[in-house]
Amino acid sequence: MRIQFRLNGRPVAVDVPPGRRLLDLLREDLGLIGTKEGCGEGECGACTVVVDGKPRLACLTAAVQVEGKDVLTIEGLSEAGQLDPLQEAFIETAGVQCGFCTPGLVMAAYALLRENPRPTRDEVRAYLSGNLCRCTGYAQVVEAVLRAAEKACPR
Amino acid sequence: MHTTGLAEIVRPRDLAEAVRLAAEGGEPLAGGTDLFVRLRKGVERPPFLVYIGDLPELRRISVGESKVEIGAAATHAEILASPAAARLPILRLALEAIASPAIRAMGTLGGNLANASPAGDGLIPLYLLGARVNLVGPDGERALAVEEFVLGPGKTALRPGEVIRSLDLPFPEGAPRAYFRKVGRRRALIIAIASLGALLWLRDGTIERARLALGSVAPTVVRPREVEQALVGRPLAPDALADLVEALSAATRPISDLRASAGYRRTVAGRLLLDLACTISPGG
Ligand SMILES: Cc1cc2nc3c(=O)[nH]c(=O)nc-3n(C[C@H](O)[C@H](O)[C@H](O)COP(=O)(O)OP(=O)(O)OC[C@H]3O[C@@H](n4cnc5c(N)ncnc54)[C@H](O)[C@@H]3O)c2cc1C
Ligand code: FES
Ligand code: FES
Repeated sequence: MRIQFRLNGRPVAVDVPPGRRLLDLLREDLGLIGTKEGCGEGECGACTVVVDGKPRLACLTAAVQVEGKDVLTIEGLSEAGQLDPLQEAFIETAGVQCGFCTPGLVMAAYALLRENPRPTRDEVRAYLSGNLCRCTGYAQVVEAVLRAAEKACPR
Repeated sequence: MHTTGLAEIVRPRDLAEAVRLAAEGGEPLAGGTDLFVRLRKGVERPPFLVYIGDLPELRRISVGESKVEIGAAATHAEILASPAAARLPILRLALEAIASPAIRAMGTLGGNLANASPAGDGLIPLYLLGARVNLVGPDGERALAVEEFVLGPGKTALRPGEVIRSLDLPFPEGAPRAYFRKVGRRRALIIAIASLGALLWLRDGTIERARLALGSVAPTVVRPREVEQALVGRPLAPDALADLVEALSAATRPISDLRASAGYRRTVAGRLLLDLACTISPGG
């Protein structure tokens, strides 16, 4: 089946076998391995991407569900070789340790800041509650998101 | 190769085509947050899936004079962002309790209902408001009360080829106070061990009318109507309701599973009545 959508700002048209997951389309067919697979059933958030501005789990999405939509992955945040301010902030606060959860957390945080540019600490915690991290203990992650928000819209 | 384990996903052009495909044996696919998890377990093998999640006919949310009509494929996030949630606080409280932002942006109210889990958070406001389920199938349209639609865990009155078109949520009379609490382990993603939703009509701190709905403690969501009756005329205070805790527990028919024992569920369900009394302030 042929599907067309926008991926990180560029139109793509690909042939996908029936029932292919968006996660496998991205990682295996298109070589975008930034998006990770943790649990494969919606529980960990490692596969979070942003579709039409909203967070979406690529492990529970069929490729055909993004037909005609705008898909943003972690690779799309640093297209011009320049890290997104969110990514910079994760590095500054040591919000990245092993890094497995990081693409999903960054994409979820990206969706949050689009919806709510100046979230409170509690709002950040609530919004990222679907993303598991086994290393950082979350404090540095929350700090990173607050810092990126502060930088983008200082008060 | 990883696939969702499916032969094919078909994208119908409109609702009529979706119904035709469903009548040929296709299983509707909306957000996929229940269906893909089920298919991954491999217990079920529908011949093909019919993707209804992007059909405009199923996505409309309209606020009328006496009710809100929500398209079956509207996502929880869309409903929460719409005037419908502002007009129906009980709907907002329940949908906010569903999983994480990503699951709320994917999952739909129609999917939550068709899944017919007694733990479905979105079902609680449907039971409390007396929602009607609008169906469309090969033989035309019909409507059922939500309590007639849900038959048991994972079982509904859907006939072959029928699709949920929309849900009608009537506005309650007056201005009842809304309450929703679910008990579980991990806040974001937890399937409730027990949940209680309520609409309370108060006058000077006294309960004039009450509707309650319990989740996860019986094969379906239940309205404990004897307790609703017994609440009438009582002041809204924990000590005034203490003797009804047992009655609320008695209205449950829980099972034991991985998440909790039947006894725990029964006890927690009853005690949620005290939480209700402590959460809703009798004034304001
Ligand atoms: C990690 C995780 C956490 C979750 N947490 C919660 C939670 O806290 N609370 C909660 O209530 N649920 C939760 N769920 C379950 C699920 O997200 C919800 O039930 C959701 O609303 C299902 O909607 P969907 O559109 O994704 O359904 P789908 O998966 O697309 O469909 C589910 C079923 O409904 C049928 N169906 C869908 N739409 C229609 C229609 N219009 N007409 C006829 N049949 C239809 C499908 O054929 C399928 O059998 C969770 C799921 C996951 C993976
Ligand atoms: S891999 Fe998708 S949520 Fe865990
Ligand atoms: S940094 Fe290792 S899982 Fe989060």
